[in-house]
Amino acid sequence: MRIAVCIKQVPDTAEVKINRETGTLVREGVPSIINPYDMHAIEAALGLRDALGGKVTAITMGPPQAEAALREAISMGVDDGLLVTGREFAGADTLATSRALSGAIRAIGADLIVCGKQAIDGDTAQVGPEVAEFLDIPHVSYVRKIIEAEIDHEARGSIKVERLMDEGVDVVQAELPALITVVRELNTPRLPSLRGKINAKKTEIKKLSAAEIGLTPEVVGFNGSPTQVKKIFTPAPRCGRRVLEGGLEEQVEALVKELMEKKCL
Amino acid sequence: MPLKVEKNVCSGCGACITVCPYDAIKMEGGKAEIGEYCQLCQACLTACAEGAIKEYKGDLEKPGQADLSAYKGVWVFAEQRGGKVAPVAFELLGEGGKLAGQRGVELCAVLFGATRQEARELVRRGADKVYFCDDEIFTNFEDEPNAGLLASLINEHRPEIVLAGATAIGRSFLPRVAARLKTGLTADCTGLEIEPETGNLIQTRPAYGGNIMASILSPGTRPQMATVRPKVMKPGRCDDSRQGEIIEVKAGEFRRSRAKVLASIREEEGAMKVNLQEADVIISGGRGLKGKEGFQMLRELAVLLGGTVGASRAAVDEGWIPYCHQVGQTGKTVAPKLYIACGISGAVQHLVGMQSSDIIVAINKNPEAPIFNVATYGIVGDLNEILPLLIRKLKERKNGR
Amino acid sequence: MDYFLSEEQMMIKELARQIAVEKIVPVRQELDEKEEFPWEIMRVLAGSDLFGLFIPEEFGGLGKGSLELTLAVEELSAACLGVSTTYAANALGTYPILLFGTPEQKQKYLPDIAAGKRLVAFGLTEANAGSDAGGIQTTARLEGGHYVLNGTKQWITNGGEAEIYTVIAMSDKSKGPRGASAFVVEKDTPGFSFGKKERKMGIRASATRELVFEDCRIPRENILGREGMGFIVAMKTLDSSRVGVGAQGVGVAQGAFDEAIKFTRSRVQFGHPIIAFQAIQHMLADMATEIEAARALVYHTARYMDSGANDVTKVSAMAKLFATDMAMRVTTNAVQVMGGSGYMREYPVEKMMRDAKILQIYEGTNQIQRNVIAQNLIKEAAKAK
Repeated sequence: MRIAVCIKQVPDTAEVKINRETGTLVREGVPSIINPYDMHAIEAALGLRDALGGKVTAITMGPPQAEAALREAISMGVDDGLLVTGREFAGADTLATSRALSGAIRAIGADLIVCGKQAIDGDTAQVGPEVAEFLDIPHVSYVRKIIEAEIDHEARGSIKVERLMDEGVDVVQAELPALITVVRELNTPRLPSLRGKINAKKTEIKKLSAAEIGLTPEVVGFNGSPTQVKKIFTPAPRCGRRVLEGGLEEQVEALVKELMEKKCL
Repeated sequence: MPLKVEKNVCSGCGACITVCPYDAIKMEGGKAEIGEYCQLCQACLTACAEGAIKEYKGDLEKPGQADLSAYKGVWVFAEQRGGKVAPVAFELLGEGGKLAGQRGVELCAVLFGATRQEARELVRRGADKVYFCDDEIFTNFEDEPNAGLLASLINEHRPEIVLAGATAIGRSFLPRVAARLKTGLTADCTGLEIEPETGNLIQTRPAYGGNIMASILSPGTRPQMATVRPKVMKPGRCDDSRQGEIIEVKAGEFRRSRAKVLASIREEEGAMKVNLQEADVIISGGRGLKGKEGFQMLRELAVLLGGTVGASRAAVDEGWIPYCHQVGQTGKTVAPKLYIACGISGAVQHLVGMQSSDIIVAINKNPEAPIFNVATYGIVGDLNEILPLLIRKLKERKNGR
Repeated sequence: MDYFLSEEQMMIKELARQIAVEKIVPVRQELDEKEEFPWEIMRVLAGSDLFGLFIPEEFGGLGKGSLELTLAVEELSAACLGVSTTYAANALGTYPILLFGTPEQKQKYLPDIAAGKRLVAFGLTEANAGSDAGGIQTTARLEGGHYVLNGTKQWITNGGEAEIYTVIAMSDKSKGPRGASAFVVEKDTPGFSFGKKERKMGIRASATRELVFEDCRIPRENILGREGMGFIVAMKTLDSSRVGVGAQGVGVAQGAFDEAIKFTRSRVQFGHPIIAFQAIQHMLADMATEIEAARALVYHTARYMDSGANDVTKVSAMAKLFATDMAMRVTTNAVQVMGGSGYMREYPVEKMMRDAKILQIYEGTNQIQRNVIAQNLIKEAAKAK
């Protein structure tokens, strides 16, 4: 099975702190990591390859330094990496990103595309389904379990999964080629192996520009993005904070009274 | 707009480099240079004391659709689960009504797969028209039929705004619609308003894990699409006398679905549903609970308050409670009326998932815990003393009534 | 400090640290309290290729040397000595096969060991043969195509969990130390059983058991080297592994030191973080200095071994002696600078101190190491004449 994993390099938000005075993010010294959800996507792809055979390609769109994310994926066992890069891609929203990624996927061909549910910097969860739409293939979001996958010699196949919904779980079967987005519950990502790390150093990362995937600069990056950021601001601090006083019993009593008054009970 | 540094104004102080969340700015020859990693968040713009960083219009005008004015009306996708319209749809009708009022256009709902009775309910809640399809393909949620039929209706009727809930369903299929229509979609909005000068929809959403808010526009394309976080908007008033038109549509060619639902299992834990996003009251526990047993007290409390149980990532990682209870960046984002955080220290990743709750009660033994910074009420002390006390007091109230 | 490691050596260190931080630190307290064998971590180590580090490439390993193994052991030890003991004992048990096995024996065992599929243990110590390895009472009697083993090995690390055992037994009691031979015994061999799991002061994640041989018949070809070479096999094995114990000392000391630094920076007394007080500063300075000194000796010894040197007995004994005595002092002082907190199980240093004690005892007590060093000094002095 030819599997493509879409990954994104993001700042490690676990390391990000907020400057309380200015309300801005302190980004200094914050390491870049593979988006945590994408780690589960990589593990899912590797698991399927180990079981069914085939090849896993990690794809990312980003600046040259995003290559590090692809090398990290290779150190975990991914076969090769593809970097969609160039100035023309800067400032892309989810639509422009999906257009570029789907172009790259079309260029290499894939039976299954695995994405993390969302990226922790943007939190949109839109790129996966949009890529599927651009490729005109089915997708299943929030996959928490892969029940089975099969593919024959003519690349006809299907994948059966459990999809996490708001009030339960659906069992969904999709025809291949298909795209799935995965949640944390699906698996525990493996650590890199030493052979993988050595391999990651040596492997050449293939790079593609917009022209090489058949896209004009007008439809990618900022120019190809219908949404625009009008402004960025820090959320207003919460007000109405009340410190409860007295012994524990009095505090609890006061709390219950407050909640009654606010009609919470 | 892309950002540029005016080199003759830049003092090379590096303030922009420090604030850039994306590491996109480098110092080149003593002047700041914005690289291609720029996400246009504009954090640098406010940080620059010299005002050297400016927005500029690109050389290329965006390929927008020819006539934006041909698009009229506000649409709400009313999602249904098991034949019942989800509460978020009423919230969207409430909000959509306001927007439609400001724009002087009609408010329409789209309902796939429930009953006519439910469609009438949408009218009572504010819809002027309901596009209704009762094809059985919509019994279970499948992305392609929903995306296909909605995109086709949008193409036919050309609304200027399309809203859906930022739920599992809305966030899964609406991106497909946006990609098909090549239009903008803003995820998980918490605020919507009309920009008076242009009539554009200003969509406000938390970004970067909720640490910053972003206002997003789609000025050059229509419709402007957004998914909206449940529980944030006020539901529309129910008015039995309201009249509206129910227009039946056929699924037709859009019945094609290459990802079929074979079974749909509603998960219930005991008598309590784990639908965190729609709960009015959430009692959450963290590492301070010290173990599985601690959650028993939370469940008792949840039953008393008619709420549901949430958890921090730490508690889920410890295996004390399943992942579906997790609140925070890698779990669910919630905004209940009342959120009680028990033994949760309040890591940023947790706070972003619950800080828009109406009332937050924090109980923690460490007075320095960051959770107290967002709490409406805080109690410092031992959970094992406080929770039984709270349970007892609540029971007394209940029995006293 | 730059330790002049190659790019691959840095990768090994990085990888071992990642495993330590992500997989070991979160569970070490639980493993210690429940005295649970770290199978999950062993699977992670297997997946990371670290079991194959020192095994030649032709047998599925990475063909690296002592320094690489030392780096891995050091990083794992900084998180948990119980886990690193399990890992290091596997190497200890593998050395007899690596050093003395026939090509057939290597082909049979090493690929599985390199892949982490089968764990190994080394069986030397007995009730009456600890520091005095000559007192071995387990016998191996040749009967046709088989050796028949009888006797009991004591305090064997990985005992009961490992699938492959390298065991020293007397094939000819009358010859004394020259009558010892080394054998490979597989776990499910009839007549081979295990005593109960020992309850220890520290390194509780590791498993320690008796190996009991009751008319245990093993094929004749399971002998390692020739008959009578058992004592040499044991000594050469210990020569190879001692530096690893030194690396454990450096690792656990570094782990305790890092905790001590973190704590003393945040703990405030008399209006200052306690790291501002000279009494604390001097202790920390001594700890850091001793760690670097031991690390230098351990790394250098490993490099010397990797250069193909033959005379490694003395220097490896020195590395083991110095680094493990240092580890005991540093972990004890880490508890001391952290005061009451250091003594509490909420912090990891009390466990590190309990764990560190074994390093001065196993694979030859530090008293025996001094004997070994002194014997070599005497030999060298005699030669110099």
